[in-house]
Amino acid sequence: MERTLTVIHALGLMLVVFSAAYAIPIATALIYEDGAMLLDFLVAMVWTLAIGFLMWLLTRRAKGELSIRHGYLLVVAMWTAMPIFATLPLLLAIPDLSFTDAYFETMSAMTTTGATVLTGLDGLPPAINVWRHELQWLGGLGVIVLAVAVLPLLGIGGRQLFRAEMPGPMKESALTPRIADTARNLWIVYVAITLVCIGALKWAGMDWLDAVCHAFSTMGLGGFSTHDASVGYFDSPLIEFVMIAFMLFAVINFATHFLAWRGKSLRTYSRDAEAVAAVGLILASCLGIAFFLWWNGVYPDFLTALRHASFNLVSIATDSGYASVDFAQWPIFAPMWMFFLACICASSGSTGGGIKMIRTLVLFKQAGREFLKLLHPAVVNPMKIGGHVVPNNIVFAVLGFIALYFMTIATLTFMLLISGMDFISGFTAALASVNNIGPGLGQVGPASNYAGLTDFQTWVCTFGMLVGRLEIFTVLILFTPHFWRR
Amino acid sequence: MKILILGAGQVGSTVAESLVGEANDITVVDSDGDKLRQLQDRLDLRTLVGNAAHPSVLEQAGIADADILLAVTQSDEVNLVACKLAATLYNTPTRIARIRATDYLERPEVFSADNFCVDFSICPEQILTEYIVKLIEFPEALQVQRFSQGKASLVAVRAFEGGPLVGKPLSFLRTHMPQVETRVAAIFRKDGPLIPEGNTVVEEGDEIFFIAATGNIRSVLNEMRRMDKPTQRVMIVGGGNIGRRLAKTLENDYQVKLIEHNKKSCEKLAGELKNTLVLNGDGTDEKLMQQEHVDEVDVFCALTNDDENNIMSSLLAKQGGARKVIALINRSAYVDLLQGGKIDIALSPAHVTIGSLLAYVRQGDVVAVHSLRRGAAEALELVAHGDRKSSRVIGRRIAEIDLPKGATIGAIVRGDEVIMGHHDTLIEAGDHVIVFVIDKRTVKKVEKLFQVNIGFF
Repeated sequence: MERTLTVIHALGLMLVVFSAAYAIPIATALIYEDGAMLLDFLVAMVWTLAIGFLMWLLTRRAKGELSIRHGYLLVVAMWTAMPIFATLPLLLAIPDLSFTDAYFETMSAMTTTGATVLTGLDGLPPAINVWRHELQWLGGLGVIVLAVAVLPLLGIGGRQLFRAEMPGPMKESALTPRIADTARNLWIVYVAITLVCIGALKWAGMDWLDAVCHAFSTMGLGGFSTHDASVGYFDSPLIEFVMIAFMLFAVINFATHFLAWRGKSLRTYSRDAEAVAAVGLILASCLGIAFFLWWNGVYPDFLTALRHASFNLVSIATDSGYASVDFAQWPIFAPMWMFFLACICASSGSTGGGIKMIRTLVLFKQAGREFLKLLHPAVVNPMKIGGHVVPNNIVFAVLGFIALYFMTIATLTFMLLISGMDFISGFTAALASVNNIGPGLGQVGPASNYAGLTDFQTWVCTFGMLVGRLEIFTVLILFTPHFWRR
Repeated sequence: MKILILGAGQVGSTVAESLVGEANDITVVDSDGDKLRQLQDRLDLRTLVGNAAHPSVLEQAGIADADILLAVTQSDEVNLVACKLAATLYNTPTRIARIRATDYLERPEVFSADNFCVDFSICPEQILTEYIVKLIEFPEALQVQRFSQGKASLVAVRAFEGGPLVGKPLSFLRTHMPQVETRVAAIFRKDGPLIPEGNTVVEEGDEIFFIAATGNIRSVLNEMRRMDKPTQRVMIVGGGNIGRRLAKTLENDYQVKLIEHNKKSCEKLAGELKNTLVLNGDGTDEKLMQQEHVDEVDVFCALTNDDENNIMSSLLAKQGGARKVIALINRSAYVDLLQGGKIDIALSPAHVTIGSLLAYVRQGDVVAVHSLRRGAAEALELVAHGDRKSSRVIGRRIAEIDLPKGATIGAIVRGDEVIMGHHDTLIEAGDHVIVFVIDKRTVKKVEKLFQVNIGFF
């Protein structure tokens, strides 16, 4: 009980920090002189601040170090609580929005999924759109990472939280000796690249509001757009190209970006086996799918096919979820391959979801090891990725993760099927939720959205997004009896 | 010459042994008194027990008037410190250190005059590795030695029954392949050396040493022996310093399997090597060898620390069908016993590495020294300096030079050209002359011959 209070204490503190995030939509409301929005966001900010401060104040006696298990509890509590507070402005601004849908929307934002239940995005107040996109941007690199960066008082427990939130199997390699420095550096890189992205999108032809919003969702690999037609609204190859470049950038480990920036050397990228495999696979698939579409006569010439295949494939494979055309109309192989890539392509430590490329590499190499072991029983062949040996315990953890990952997708699919969804819609909705992609196929395809789901289905998808973002173990560990046993 | 040797291990004691006969004052320092006592029992030299990196010990050992410091202890760091002290405190003219760690070797500035003041660094493991690599490259050869930065090579082969040369006189070689320049420098028959003449008939089992330009070695080897198929598969037993280096050098050009019995070392090796198949097991386990197809192995190298293990595993490999087996053997008594038997090549690490050390120590204009036949014979590369007046070799035909008995001039490297030594070849200033000495006792005389007379200065 004592320790649970400690968790609430830390949670309160984080909510206080989180309330600062309302500053950007408030500023937007001021710029657009939108009094109603200003009031909504100020109310939301005061509520978040007050509740957070109260939680912190009432439990200040319990202040202390977090144990490993309470670190998990805090991360999950934080990721459940933040979207709740984030729904406040949406509920105030859009009168007929149910809490279920609002929570789905904010969870989809924070987990960088990019699935939406809202229609008429073009008509939403600018402050609301900025808020949705800002949540994606914050959720991209991780709110906890940000908290660790700015809150030195989390102390040693910070490393534990960092590991519980950061995606990827190997989290021991700290870039700097102090975890707070590491977190700060990652965020500095993230902010810097986002600023560049805003500039590039403005240059490519967006207005400032669209540029800021799309830069937020591109860097977070979220996939929200300010338009119902998503990026198809702009119909501009230049904008699509800029977004492809930044999505590919965001799908690489930010630690690699940091090392490259600090070492002033592009060779850092070629040494990151994950980045090489992911980018190589995505680019090869772009060409392949473009050829496939052209061959099947979907597009009359190869260049058009290449343009649409590249943008939509990169968008799905990097777990962003923008669409420039209705790719659900393509022959089924193309979207299915895109969803397959979405499961495996993102790097650990990036803003994408799914299994992560490093786990995929481990899986493939493990298969190779088994073959070699059959041929040469005495062989000693440790798992090597990028020339570095991966210890066996990590290999087992990776295999365990992948098994759990597929079980999660299967379970969610079954739950959606029970609720009456058709198979293609149910399966792709589960995939899209757990991988934080956004659109699926069928009922939840790029041409429609998640508004048509029942409340039950919405909650299933919401849960899927949370589980996928926190890489399954962090969430499901709370459901094991051992976690609660003393 | 006064020589101070630090470390009485394998390298230290072998060097001491070869130098003590050449009228040098030798002092050996080691922290192990027993080793020194054994050395002193056999050889005429002074010993001192103590830490070789301490100035007081060095002073006591007489570093103040030593000409050469040979730091060959087990520890790179001790060797480096000793060289630094010798240079800064005692002004020792020549400082040679044994350095093993590639970390140091990759950064030559560590050895510069500003830092550790090492004139020459040698790495016995590296020399041995390069030596084995050459044997794998030329699987027919017993020994391959390079001269003049690799321009000329000395190769030893064993004449087998059915080979094109057996039963024929050496002059046949000349008529048989007139386009390739080569010269037989010596023949060893049942451990007795022969001075090769044109009418010497090659017998089965002879060890033939020949010199040729490095580019011609392949074609000469083809003539001397039936063409073996080139090496493809290499099996190494022992993942120590040498085994690891060898695997690393070979793994991109050959299929390499490395057997190591220590599980921990296996994991380390497998992490470091990229294309080598690392196997955990005993090098004398014939089941493992069969399972890994020792019968298809072209070259099998037993390179553990243990002589007996190396002997047994290479015998097993030969029995199992390996084409050529190489065993690393430290004890010289074993080497003499085994060479030419079932084991194709018995390598004595000390003899392989000592040549490069001796070249630094020897006076005069010796560029390279290669120890042959386990130290019984030597091949020397000397530079001819001066002119017809000051030198006793320049401007003279080979037949006119007063070489001691048992010494032959094998070849001359002039610029980039390799000239075979015939009796009427004229020697010019600046020539690198490769001399083959069958009897080691005459080495001193050969060196004297090439020294420039006082009048030169």
